[in-house]
Order: sequence, then C-alpha cells, then structure tokens
Amino acid sequence: MAAIATDGSGPTPGLGARIYAKLSSVPSWALWILVAIWTLPSFSLVVNSFRARSDQRNGGFWEVAGSPGELTFENYDTVLSRSGVDSLFDSLISSFAIAIPATIIPIAFATFAAYGFAWIDFKGREWLFIGTISLLAIPLQVALIPLLTTYVGGAHLSIPFTGRTLTLIPDLDLNTRGSIAVWLTHTGFAMPFSIFLLHNYITELPKEIFESARLDGANHFTIFWRIVLPLSVPALAAFAIFQFLWTWNDFLIAVTMLSGGNPIDLPTTVRIANLAGDFGRNEHLLPAGAFVQAFVPLVVFFSLQRYFVRGLLAGSVKG
Amino acid sequence: MAEVVLDKVNKVYPNGFHAIHDLDLEVADKEFLVLVGPSGCGKSTALRMVAGLEEISGGDLSIGERVVNEVEPKDRDIAMVFQNYALYPHMTVYDNIGFALKLARIPKGEMDTRIREAARILELDEHLDSKPGQLSGGQRQRVAMGRAIVRQPAAVLMDEPLSNLDAKLRVQMRAEIARLQKELGVTTIYVTHDQVEAMTMGDRVAVLKDGYLQQVDSPQDLYDKPMNVFVAAFIGSPSMNLYEGTMAESADGTNLTLGSQTITLHPDLFTKRPGLREYIGKSVVVGIRPEDMEDPAHADHSGEGNHLTSTVTLVESLGAELMVHFQLDARAVDSGDPDAVDDSLSGHAVARFDPRSRIRIGEEIEIAVETEHVHFFDQETRLSIW
Repeated sequence: MAAIATDGSGPTPGLGARIYAKLSSVPSWALWILVAIWTLPSFSLVVNSFRARSDQRNGGFWEVAGSPGELTFENYDTVLSRSGVDSLFDSLISSFAIAIPATIIPIAFATFAAYGFAWIDFKGREWLFIGTISLLAIPLQVALIPLLTTYVGGAHLSIPFTGRTLTLIPDLDLNTRGSIAVWLTHTGFAMPFSIFLLHNYITELPKEIFESARLDGANHFTIFWRIVLPLSVPALAAFAIFQFLWTWNDFLIAVTMLSGGNPIDLPTTVRIANLAGDFGRNEHLLPAGAFVQAFVPLVVFFSLQRYFVRGLLAGSVKG
Repeated sequence: MAEVVLDKVNKVYPNGFHAIHDLDLEVADKEFLVLVGPSGCGKSTALRMVAGLEEISGGDLSIGERVVNEVEPKDRDIAMVFQNYALYPHMTVYDNIGFALKLARIPKGEMDTRIREAARILELDEHLDSKPGQLSGGQRQRVAMGRAIVRQPAAVLMDEPLSNLDAKLRVQMRAEIARLQKELGVTTIYVTHDQVEAMTMGDRVAVLKDGYLQQVDSPQDLYDKPMNVFVAAFIGSPSMNLYEGTMAESADGTNLTLGSQTITLHPDLFTKRPGLREYIGKSVVVGIRPEDMEDPAHADHSGEGNHLTSTVTLVESLGAELMVHFQLDARAVDSGDPDAVDDSLSGHAVARFDPRSRIRIGEEIEIAVETEHVHFFDQETRLSIW
C-alpha cells in the first residue's frame, strides 16, 4: 500500500493514491459540517443543563433560541449544593480522593521500574520487561471478581491430603476500606502501560549523560533522582494526564469495589448513574451533572496540554 | 595526577568480536597522549576501558600504580569529555561543573572557589547561570572541559571532543585544549580519528588499527619514521603515495623503477637505511610524500636523475601551496586504511607544489622527487625497511 501510494505518477494510480486524491478534494465546508454534527450532542448537553425540568421535558434544546429568558442555574445549584439528596458535592470530593492517589501511586512505582528496565543491567531484564508489558493484554473485566475475592477474603491454597491451607495473601478486609481497593486496582492496571510509556522515554535519554554521571561519582539512585526525574517531566506529565482522565472517569472499578460501603465514598460517575432515581424523577439533573463531571478533566487537559503533546512525541523523535 | 599504564589489555565482546589485542601503553604523568586510528580501530573502546565504562577482558590497567580493572568508574579518579558533551541539560553551567564536587561532598565554599576558578580558566564566567541549551557549541565544549578539570582528576580522557564543532572553532579549540593541558599539567588521553589533531596536540601519538597498536611515537618521529605502510599513509595530509617499485644497481648509482619510469636514488638513503641494500633487485613498496615532490623550477635540489614525467589531471590551489594530481603507471599499494578514498589503486598520485608554479590541467610536466626522503617498505611484512 505504501509503495503504491508513493507511486502516484504512474498511469493507473494505486488505491492509496486514489483515496488520498479523493480525500484531499473534499472541500473544507464539508469538514465544518462534520464538526457541527459531532459537536451537537455536547452542545445540547450544555444548553439543557441550563434549562428547568419542565422545559427539558416539553421541548428540545433548540427552543432556547425562541425564549432565551428561560435559562436558569437551578440545576447547577442543586447538584453543587453543599448538602441535599441530589447533591454531587460529596461525590466530587470522593472522585478527587480516588483520582489523585490513583495517579500519583502508579507514577511513583512505574518511574522507578522504567528506569530499572532501561538502565540497570540485571539478569532476565528483557524477559521481565516483556512479561510486564504483555500484562497490557489482560482485560480489567476478567480480573474484577478474582480481585474482589482477594481483597475481601485473601488468597488461600488448600494443600491436598494434608487438610491444611496455605495463605498466600491474608484477608485485607478491603470491603470496609473501599478506597484502598480502588487505588490498588487502578495502580495495578496502570502499571504495564505506564512502565511501557516511561521506559520508552527514559531509554531515549542520551547514554553519555548516564556515563558522564557515573564518572562524576553518581550511583543509580543519584542518577535517577537528579538526572532522570527532571528530564522526564514531559513524559511524567503526559502520563499523569492520561491516568487522571481514566481514574476520574472510571465507573466499573468504583461500582464494583465501593457499592457495599458508605455511599459518601462513591465517585461522581457512580452518583450520576444513580441520580436519575426511580421513574426518572431527577432526569433533568443529568445534563448538569454530566457537565460538572466532564469539567474537571477538561481543566486538567487544557492546562497541561502542552506537556501532553510533547509527551506523546517523546521517544519517537530525538531531542 | 598520575600515570596510566595498559599492560596487554584485551577486549573481547560477548558476540566474540575481538576489539583490542594486547594493547601496551604507558602514559606518563602530565603527558598528552593521542590515540588515533580509522573508524572501528578500537580507540574509543580502549578509552572507555580506561574510564571503566567497558569491562576489560584481559590484561591489567593501572592508574597511578594501582590496578583498577575491577574498580568502579566513579572510584577511578578520572574525568571524561564526551563527543556530544553529555551536559546535564536541566542544570545551569555552574551546577554542571559542580555536579561531581557536590556528589563528593566538597564543602560549599571550596566548591564555589573551584567552580569559579575553572570557569575563569575556560572564560565561562558570564555564562555560569545559563543552561547548556542557551550556549554555542564551543561554549558547551568548554563546559564539558570545565566539568573534567574542576575535579582535579588523576587523568582526563577525551573522546573526539572536537568533532561536533565547525572547522574554524575546531582549530581554535585544538590550540586551547593543548595549552590548557600544559598549563594544568594533567595526564590526558585523547581519542581522535583526525591525524591533524593527533599531530598538533599530542606529546606522543599512538596509532591503532583493527585493535592492534601500530606505533607510539612523538608526532615528528611518526611522520619521519613510520613503522609500516599503514602508519605512513595515515599520518600526513594528503597521504603518502604508495607504489610497487624495483631497485637496481647502475653506473650512476642505484635506480628505482616505478612502472615505466626510472629515477636515481640519493646515495645518503643507504646510510640512513642500511637494510635497503638487501632489497636491491627485489620488489618493494615505495612511499613518496606529496611534500617531497616539487616543480623542478622551484625545487631546492633538482638533479637530472630524479624526475618523473606525467600529465596533470587536477590542480587544487590552496594559496600557500598547489595540490597537483597526476597518474603514474606503477602499481599502487593499498595502505589498509578503511576510511581512505579508494582511488589509490588506480595509480593516482598527489604532489604538493610551490604556489609560484604555473602548471595547468592537461599539461605534461616533470616532477622532481626528493629521493633522500623516499620511504621503503617490505612487500610481505609491510614494515619499514631500515
């Protein structure tokens, strides 16, 4: 395909070249229409979040154009109020309490691991690295039930014929400490990708810097702390954004690990799902709730965007 | 300050590649030794073994009378300047230079004095607060030097430190490094592939090829008395012209036949190289440096018998000299330098003429050879005949 695509000058242009020619002839107004269609749902969400329950039920968001006066902050007042049954305030705090440690813990572990895999020569390094990275292939859903049983009962192995049981992992009793279970799970599942990403970045740092530091008298920890960490800030920031988005938006792990515990610990995602209530009593609060939930990642993303892009390119282009 | 001694040092890589064979080198205290050779000759490997960045497969390396084969790089008391500078990009010049001192827990006051002293010597005073990214290539190079000298190490190792600089700056830094080395009196091993750097900077020059040490000598001795064909061709620019030739006795003295032409050799040659007598009648490798060939009109001692005739194929005017290219029909000899342009086998020759010479491309000219300075090598062993 690639070979055909570069050979556009021949008598019969290849498939790639033809697709390229077709695509490049699409006028830009067509793209703007696509953009508009794509943006419409989000736009309606924003508009509806400012409309009262009766307005939402009686007509589509476009009716705002006829009577702009009907816009109201009522829904936001409800979901952001300090207390009240329909408030999201506590759950926002829970979300931060989940997302921030679940971002910092994996970064802390993965940076050390990535440095080790990249620059410390030890036996079996390659296989261990391949093993770690191949854990990327394990889907979260498959592991949820075993994880949950481990957290609440520990892991025990009955030894045949002796009637004895070997305790591999003690009962951590994490059903009463749900946030630890959530952190652990997020950390574990973030590890392969974070090690992979940071390893790619850290191996690309020039070898001579490490050699020079060794001659200057630095040991591995000094090199890691004084040289690798400061130089890896773009990659760390990029991964931090990723991880924050995932953990902030996570529903599955939270609903699995936290449903049995105190409702005050539930993050915003789970709270929003429960918000509509029986018979859609609170349906009108969903747009506002959804926008509140989406607002935080947007702030994080845009404030760190510059690192985000640099971090993704990191490792692909030298310097 | 200390001497560095390599005693039959070998390097064999895990894949079986034998990079260094029995390397014996003694670098005296305060000496500037240059390791030179074509790419892949093992010179950088040798340096990295001294630094401790490569393991030594066999033999002993001692620094200041202490065998350091198994000593960690940081405990060898050596500093290294890398080709790409290897500065810490997130630190200021001050912190870059002071990094090693900081790790060695030198007291703050002394550290500051030493950093500023190094910066003063290298004229970096104004840039102490800059980051490496804000500096020019030459300034970065000087920071790398500063990082090495501030530690007052037993020896400084430099791995092609000038190859990333542009030509003009390279000449300037070349002189600066040589001056600095003399001033500080620090034992220095300097690796380069550039024979001009080797000749101009080193107290002694060690020539390496394919992991074997060819010759260690002062630059002048290396030029005057190369041990073998490779060293002869490697040292000097443009390199020595090498041909197969035969010597024969005649009424005028001893003649040398190069292809279809014959010249008479200077009688002093045989007092200088007594061994040459045995080769009369045999085929030998003849080496003539471009600077030993001259336009007869401007030659100091142009005799009748020492002229070659050829047609000029190219003239390069360098202002102070003319590089005259021509063909000889004698069989050319390959020096074994993998980096050399491979046109030597076609019988191509270069002479360095006086700029007052008025020769032109296509002209048939006479070339006066200073036969007293012609080099001779054995065909088989390729060693110099003395």
